[in-house]
Amino acid sequence: MKLQRNGRTKALAIGALAVVSSLTLAACGSDNNSNSSASSSPAAGGSSAAASSIACSGASGQLLGAGSTAQANAVTQWVKDFQAACSGVTVNYQATGSGAGITSFQSGKVAFAGSDAAMKPADVAKTEGTACKSGGKGINIPMIGGPIAIGYNLPGVSNLVLDAPTLAQIFTGKIAKWDDAAIKKLNPTATLPSLPIQTFHRSDGSGTTANFTAYLAAAAPTDYTLQPNKLWAAKGGQAANGSAGLAAQVKQVQGSISYFELSYATQQNITTAQIATGASAPVAVSTDAASKAIADAKVTGTAPDLTLDLTSAYTTKADGAYPIDLVTYEIACDKGNAPATLPTLKAFLNYISSTQGQTSVASLGYFPLPASLQAQVKTTINGLS
Amino acid sequence: METPRDTSAPPSDPQPSKGSQSAAPNLAGSSPQRGGSSLSDSGRTGRRGDAIFKFASSGSGVALLVIMAAIAAFLTVRAVSAISADHGNFLTTSDWQTQADPITFGIAAIALGTLISAVVAMVIAVPVALGIALFISHYAPRRIAQALGYVVDLLAAVPSIVFGLWGALFLVPHMIGVNAWLNQYFGWTYIFHQNEPGTQPRSLFTVGIVLAIMILPIITAVSREIFLQVPRAHEEAALALGATRWEMIRTAVIPFGRSGIISASMLGLGRALGETMAVATVLSPSYVINLHILDPAGSTIAQTIANQFGESQGTGRDALIAAGLVLFVITLLVNGAARLIIARRKEYSGADA
Repeated sequence: MKLQRNGRTKALAIGALAVVSSLTLAACGSDNNSNSSASSSPAAGGSSAAASSIACSGASGQLLGAGSTAQANAVTQWVKDFQAACSGVTVNYQATGSGAGITSFQSGKVAFAGSDAAMKPADVAKTEGTACKSGGKGINIPMIGGPIAIGYNLPGVSNLVLDAPTLAQIFTGKIAKWDDAAIKKLNPTATLPSLPIQTFHRSDGSGTTANFTAYLAAAAPTDYTLQPNKLWAAKGGQAANGSAGLAAQVKQVQGSISYFELSYATQQNITTAQIATGASAPVAVSTDAASKAIADAKVTGTAPDLTLDLTSAYTTKADGAYPIDLVTYEIACDKGNAPATLPTLKAFLNYISSTQGQTSVASLGYFPLPASLQAQVKTTINGLS
Repeated sequence: METPRDTSAPPSDPQPSKGSQSAAPNLAGSSPQRGGSSLSDSGRTGRRGDAIFKFASSGSGVALLVIMAAIAAFLTVRAVSAISADHGNFLTTSDWQTQADPITFGIAAIALGTLISAVVAMVIAVPVALGIALFISHYAPRRIAQALGYVVDLLAAVPSIVFGLWGALFLVPHMIGVNAWLNQYFGWTYIFHQNEPGTQPRSLFTVGIVLAIMILPIITAVSREIFLQVPRAHEEAALALGATRWEMIRTAVIPFGRSGIISASMLGLGRALGETMAVATVLSPSYVINLHILDPAGSTIAQTIANQFGESQGTGRDALIAAGLVLFVITLLVNGAARLIIARRKEYSGADA
C-alpha cells in the first residue's frame, strides 16, 4: 500500500509539473503569436530620421500604446526615431491586435491604441468616463496606409490579372480551377493549368481580413454577399495563422492564392496579381498605386473624429490606383487624456503624422496619407487635450 | 528519477527524526526526539510543528479550491453573458461568427475537433508509451534504462511551440504520402476519406500525431514509475510458476499497474485536450463538422481561443471564454471518469490507498 501511495504522489507531482509547464509554455506561445507579424519582418530599413527635426515639446516619461499588428512595423520604426530624438522618453507599443488594444485603451491602461478599423460607436461609448475624463471620448485618427497584395503560386503564370468579382468567386469557392472561364477571360494570353485553386485565409481575427472582405463586399456586391468581418466568414478554403503564415503557405503550395500586406510578398518573392478595376490597364500592387486610391477617401467621422470611408478606394476606376488597401488608425481621447502623458502623446502623434514620419516607413510597405487628410490629422492632434 | 523501491519506512517504525515535525500528524508524539528528551516535552514541540504543518498543507488545499472556484465563477459569468447574446444554439451550432450581425456561434465543431484530435493522440501515444515504460522497467539493461528514461523526461520539457513548428514545417510536408496511402486503401472507412486529395495535410490527424508525441513523455514517465512499484514478490511468484517474461508482465505487472496506467493516460489526455500553440501552428482551422480527419478542416477549443483572442472584444471575447468553460467541463468529466474507473479497480490493485 505504501509503495503505491508514493507512486501516486510522484505521479501527481509529475502531472502537476506537466500542467504548470504547459501553462507557462502556452503563455509564452501566445505571446509569441501576437508578436509574430511584428518580429517576422525586419523593422530595420526605414530611414533613420534626422533627430533634430522631431519636436519633443514637453515629452517626457513613458507612453504606452497597444493594438494593431498591421502597423506594428511602422510603430517600431517611429518609436526608434522618436526615442532617439527625445531623450528620456520611452514609447512602448504592444502589438496585441486591434481588439485587445481597444480594450486596453477603454480600461485606461494605455494612452493610445492602434486599430485597423475605426472604433464602433458602442466601443466609443465605453471610453467615456473611463479612459477619457471630463466629457471626452475616444476618436479615430487615420495614420498610415498599406496595400493588401493578392499573392499566388502558379508556375508559369507571372502576370495574373484578376478583378473583384473573380476574386470574390475564388475566395467563396465558386471558381475552383485555375483554368476557369472567368480567369481565362481576364488573362487571354496566359497558359492556365487545370489545377484546383487552394485559397488561404487568416485563421486568427485580423484587420487585413476585415479590409479585404470590405473590398470584396464593396467592389463585388453580387458575388460577395457576406458582411465584412475580422473573422473569415466564407465557407471552404484553408487557413493559416498571421500574414506570415499565409505567405508561407502560398510559397509552399502550388495552385494557392491568398491575401497579405505587401511587405510579406516582397520579402518572400511571392508573385502578386494585378487588379482590373475598370481603369485603362490592370493595376499592380504598390504603395504609390494604393495611395492614389486612398486620395479621395471621404472622412465620415464628425470632427475631431476622422473615420474614413474607403468605399471610394475599393471601387476606384482611376488609372494606376490599387483598390485593396487598409488604413490603420490611432485612437486617443479628444478631451480628458491623462494629463501626465498628454504632452508626450501629442508630440509622438505629431511626429508620426508629419511628412517626415510618414515617409520614414515607406520602405516597410506603408504609404503616407494624402496631404489634405494629413492637414486634418494635424489639426485634430493639436486639439487633443 | 530514482527508483521508488526504496520507499519510506512503514508508519509503525519509530524512526528517529531530527526535526520536531513528522509527516504523519498522528505519529508526532510517538517518535522519540533529540535523544533523551522526555515524552511530554517532545509532544509540545510536536504539536506546534503539527499546527504549522497542518496550517500550511490545509491552506494550500483550500487555496487551490478557492482558485478553481474563482476560475469557474469567472468563466461562468462571462459565458452566460455571451450565450445570452448568441443567435444560434450554443451546443449545436458549428459556426463561430462572433463579429458578424447577428452573432452566431456554437461549440459543436470545436468541441468535436478537440475530442477527435485528443482521441487520435491517445490511440497513438498510449500503446507506444506503455511499450517504452515496460522496456525501461523490465527489459532494458539498467544503464540504458536510465538514459532512456532521462531522454523521455527531456521530451516533456520541449516547448509546445517547438512541436508546433516541427509539425508545420517538417511533419506536414512528409504526411502527404501517408495521407494519400490512407485515403486510397482506407478511404472506405469514411474517417480516412479525403474530400480534396492533394491538399496540405494540416489536418486533425496530423495534429493528433503531434499531440501524441507531446503527451508521450507524461504517460511514459508515470506508467514507468507504476511498473517499477510492482511488488517483486508478485513478479517472482509468476516466474516461479513457470511464466515467461511476457506472461509475468501480463499477469503480474499490468493488472497491478492498471489504475496507474489509466491515471497516466488521463494526464496525457488532459494535455492533449488543452494544447494550444502546437495545434494553432499545424492546423488549418475551419468551423465545420467534418469527420474526414485527413481533410484540412476542423478546429479545437484552445486553438480557437488562441487565434481569435487578439482581435475580439466584448461578446466575441466572452464567447471565447464560454468555449473555455466547455473545455473546463470536458476536462472535468474526463478526470471524473478516470477517477471512477480507478475507484472501481482499487480493491484489486491497491492503488489510491
